[in-house]
Amino acid sequence: MTAPGEIESAVADAHRRGWGLVLATTARLTRDLDLAEECVQEAYAAALVGWARDGVPKQPIAWLTTTAKRRAMDAVRRERVLRSKLPLLLEPDEMTDEELLEPVEEEAVDVVPDERLRLIFLCCHPALAEDAQLALTLRLVCGVSTSDIARMFLVSEPTMAARMTRAKKKISTARIPYRVPAAAELPDRLRSVLAVIHLLFTTGHTAPSGASLLRTDLADQSLRLARMLGELMPDEREVSGLLALLLVTDARRATRVDATGRLLRLEEQDRSQWDRSAIAEAHELIVAGLRGGRPGRYILQAAIASLYAEAPAYDQTDWPQIVTLYDELLTVWPSPVVALNRVVAVSMVAGPAQALFELEELEKDGRLDRYQYLPAIKADLLERSGRGDEAAIAYRRALDLTSNEAERAFLAERLARLDQE
Amino acid sequence: MAQYAILIYANDSAHAPQATPEDLAIHDKHAAELEEAGAVVAAFALTPRDMATSIRGDVVTDGPFVEAKEVVAGFYVIEAPDLDAALEIARRNPATQQGGGVEVRPVHSGGVITQPAEG
Repeated sequence: MTAPGEIESAVADAHRRGWGLVLATTARLTRDLDLAEECVQEAYAAALVGWARDGVPKQPIAWLTTTAKRRAMDAVRRERVLRSKLPLLLEPDEMTDEELLEPVEEEAVDVVPDERLRLIFLCCHPALAEDAQLALTLRLVCGVSTSDIARMFLVSEPTMAARMTRAKKKISTARIPYRVPAAAELPDRLRSVLAVIHLLFTTGHTAPSGASLLRTDLADQSLRLARMLGELMPDEREVSGLLALLLVTDARRATRVDATGRLLRLEEQDRSQWDRSAIAEAHELIVAGLRGGRPGRYILQAAIASLYAEAPAYDQTDWPQIVTLYDELLTVWPSPVVALNRVVAVSMVAGPAQALFELEELEKDGRLDRYQYLPAIKADLLERSGRGDEAAIAYRRALDLTSNEAERAFLAERLARLDQE
Repeated sequence: MAQYAILIYANDSAHAPQATPEDLAIHDKHAAELEEAGAVVAAFALTPRDMATSIRGDVVTDGPFVEAKEVVAGFYVIEAPDLDAALEIARRNPATQQGGGVEVRPVHSGGVITQPAEG
């Protein structure tokens, strides 16, 4: 007999570890994402019943894959005619139904990675709208329910469902191929996969609006995805770069706000609470990633974040090294946001006056007109230069552009303190 | 005789993957008329804007190239002696009566490329 709750937790664990693989394998058989989803859902439901009766199988994910594929096969045979309403997913390669029905060995979960990769590249295809890429990845690769995804993105469930249906329809009608891109297109396509994972993380890390600064579910899912991708593509340095960046950023999760939800600045955070093992893991990845060839943007971003995290105290941060890394980052990724972050580091090396000069150059550029962190940083630099009146104007401008409650409270507090002086 | 391309602009294409024969009836009727008139060289109905993918520079994005109320819903190439004759055919397109319209462009060159038979 199995203890109560044990089956549920075994199924939940198989869901977390295996959903993407089971779905990816099943989708190759059905060539229809909706049908594949349905069959996988049924397989997990069957596991709850079957495992309670027969015990948890030695190879739970293989069990689930076989069950889902059998259901898919039945459905495909039954509905071959019905399903011709929509074009099917492009056949990845010629495999007979019998070959596709072969049971998956549990070891294959680790050694045959391309099934999940196919699915990830499909969900993150640049021909799909960005919000659809995020939603499809969460639904199909991570197995997050549509209602949870709707909650994460603060939209209604029907809206989210419609968004996903539209994306799936485009996948089949425009014939977006279900395959891992060829070597020539891989760098571009991988960039869009990494962007999706990063965007999921930042959406979770700083929710763009709403009361809670952290939406931990999203951050957890994106970390899991980055880890999965790291296992699937161990030779891609930017993949380990992204994982390192997420790890080192997430290591500070517990200290970003105080007990009342107030946003804490880096220098106010309790460094003893940071997740040292995550920071150490990131460090290893960064050291390996900086070796050989010109580093990419994620490795460099991770290296910068890691320098902040590894300093024993805020005022002992290696600012000159951070400015150097930002210079290098700007050459591979000439983004005005990167330039703005560099300004902060410059202020610590060369003082707020020099930093203000560089920030005003960025302001003229105009691309950051609606970016709330520009006036926020400007306000801080002005305040540090003893120009309180101008700082107050900049804080007000930042407040106008910010919708996250915790960030608004932070800015309002700075402004109030300034007005008192 | 000259060739003209007629680009059909509409809020969206009626030719969705799940479109029913009723949805397409008016367009099919127009196509049949054109065919009967013997003017059509080639005709293509495109799927809706949701299916479009655009490339600008190196960047691939979802959606039509120009963000506008109307999209190109389809196009056909006709043979006509002159622009007036071409406009006469083009104005009968149902899109002109449904809030959209057509654009008539003289064809410079081109045509359907026939692949040489294999072997």
